[in-house]
Amino acid sequence: MIDVEQIRSQFPILNRKVNNQSLVYFDNGATTQKPKFVLDAIQKYYSEINANIHRGVHTLSQEATDAYEHSRKTIADFINAEHAHEIIFTRGTTESINLVASCFGKKQVNAGDEILVTEMEHHSNIVPWQLMCEERGAKLKVIPVNDNGELNLSELKNLLTAKTKLLALTHVSNTLGTVNDLEEISSLAHKNGTAVLVDGAQAIAHTEVDVRDMDCDFYCFSGHKMYGPTGIGILYGKEKFLNEFPQYQSGGGMIKEVSFEQTTFTNLPYKFEAGTPNIEGGIVLGAAVEWMKNIGMKNISANENELLQYALEQLKTIDGIRIIGEAKHHASAISFLIGNIHPYDVGVILDKLGIAVRTGHHCNQPLMKRFNIPGTVRASFAVYNTMEEVDKLIAGVKQAKKMLS
Amino acid sequence: MSEVKSISAVEEDIVEEFELFDDWMDKYQHLIDMGKSLPLIDSQFKNDDYIVKGCQSQVWLKGDYADRKIHFTCDSDAIITKGMIAVLLRVLNDRTPEEIINAKLEFIDKINLKEHLTPTRANGLVSMLSKIKTYALAFSGKTS
Repeated sequence: MIDVEQIRSQFPILNRKVNNQSLVYFDNGATTQKPKFVLDAIQKYYSEINANIHRGVHTLSQEATDAYEHSRKTIADFINAEHAHEIIFTRGTTESINLVASCFGKKQVNAGDEILVTEMEHHSNIVPWQLMCEERGAKLKVIPVNDNGELNLSELKNLLTAKTKLLALTHVSNTLGTVNDLEEISSLAHKNGTAVLVDGAQAIAHTEVDVRDMDCDFYCFSGHKMYGPTGIGILYGKEKFLNEFPQYQSGGGMIKEVSFEQTTFTNLPYKFEAGTPNIEGGIVLGAAVEWMKNIGMKNISANENELLQYALEQLKTIDGIRIIGEAKHHASAISFLIGNIHPYDVGVILDKLGIAVRTGHHCNQPLMKRFNIPGTVRASFAVYNTMEEVDKLIAGVKQAKKMLS
Repeated sequence: MSEVKSISAVEEDIVEEFELFDDWMDKYQHLIDMGKSLPLIDSQFKNDDYIVKGCQSQVWLKGDYADRKIHFTCDSDAIITKGMIAVLLRVLNDRTPEEIINAKLEFIDKINLKEHLTPTRANGLVSMLSKIKTYALAFSGKTS
């Protein structure tokens, strides 16, 4: 059991008022708030060790480099990667996926090949593949989602062909909250000789992630959705793939030797980290991971699942509520609609009550089309949310329904 | 026929009306009710030619020019957006293109609904306002 009040006291922003009401923050799927431990780490970095990394002989540069590389190791351990050099610092999930789409495309994908995505993907796990497919003359295929918001695994078996080079799918759906069975899916894909990329943006702060257990080839996530800073994210990739990949961006830091005739390139992970990286972000993301590990991912999951189940139960007592996404394995987010009321209207009323939720299509336009809805209202949870906040949300939804019906 | 009120007189009316509400809930209820009086666009025009896309709610807007004035008909899929359109059209509907082009719409600030008219708001209202002005510019060309 965790002491939620003690955890809440570590988040200064949770004390603020919004529209004269105590803030109730249920937009954690978009970004989480930051604990004092993380805020202090930012301050400490700039106050004590700020220097450019990997180049300087001087003490500050050494300390900054050590902290940055220590963070890489912390993150590798957190997701049980085999090697720290399989952890590439990026700007976020989007850049991680773009890197793989670009490099994998050049290396592995030829005209007539196929890339598989799912109907529940965020646009950032659709569009990079779409563009790469166009470029390579390949075909994008889609695994459909059933009415409960789960992937149809028998369809997956049909869609995997000799031409399927890669399957890109989310760990947890940002809209539906569906948790995909990655062990089963990876094993099916690998038996077919298909590589697997997992978008972990909505999973990393909510559930234990073990990249070796799920046996994915790539796993991508963003710092700001896991109590860390914006502008930093991770690409985990199996060494064998990353080593074979061509360069992504070029510049300083990723070269071995440069002459005007020819340039040779350095090894993993630096091969993919051209230019001065987001040093602060990298170091502080390590701090965010330490903070989560200290609470324990099992504890975080348990608390959020309790909130999610309670919220689902309570929402269902409201006449006319439609839950979008009722997968058996459900985590981190609930999407719903009140009758035919537009989600935007609900979002405006909840905001007036100090309750932050997400409304709209959540960068899931194909999924909205599949359910034939304009969008949803989404409440997404973090370790600092409470049952009382869920009660406020339910009261807010009832109020919105009254005003908007 | 009674004389048509000036844009600024209608703006003042609206400000006075909204001042009656101390409570945000009553104010929004009033806004929602105003949406019900919106001059609705004929459903045959609720298509891509007349759509103003917002990231979340969308607006359909059509302007027709007659007797030197533009008559707008409109709709939205979200009712708070619809209410906002109704407020704006109460001021801007059946005006000459010049009146529309010169309208400052400062009253929106006074009734504390400006938050709905910031460009980052995903409701399509800012794009709708610029479309209203585009209609006015296009029709002002016709009269000269």
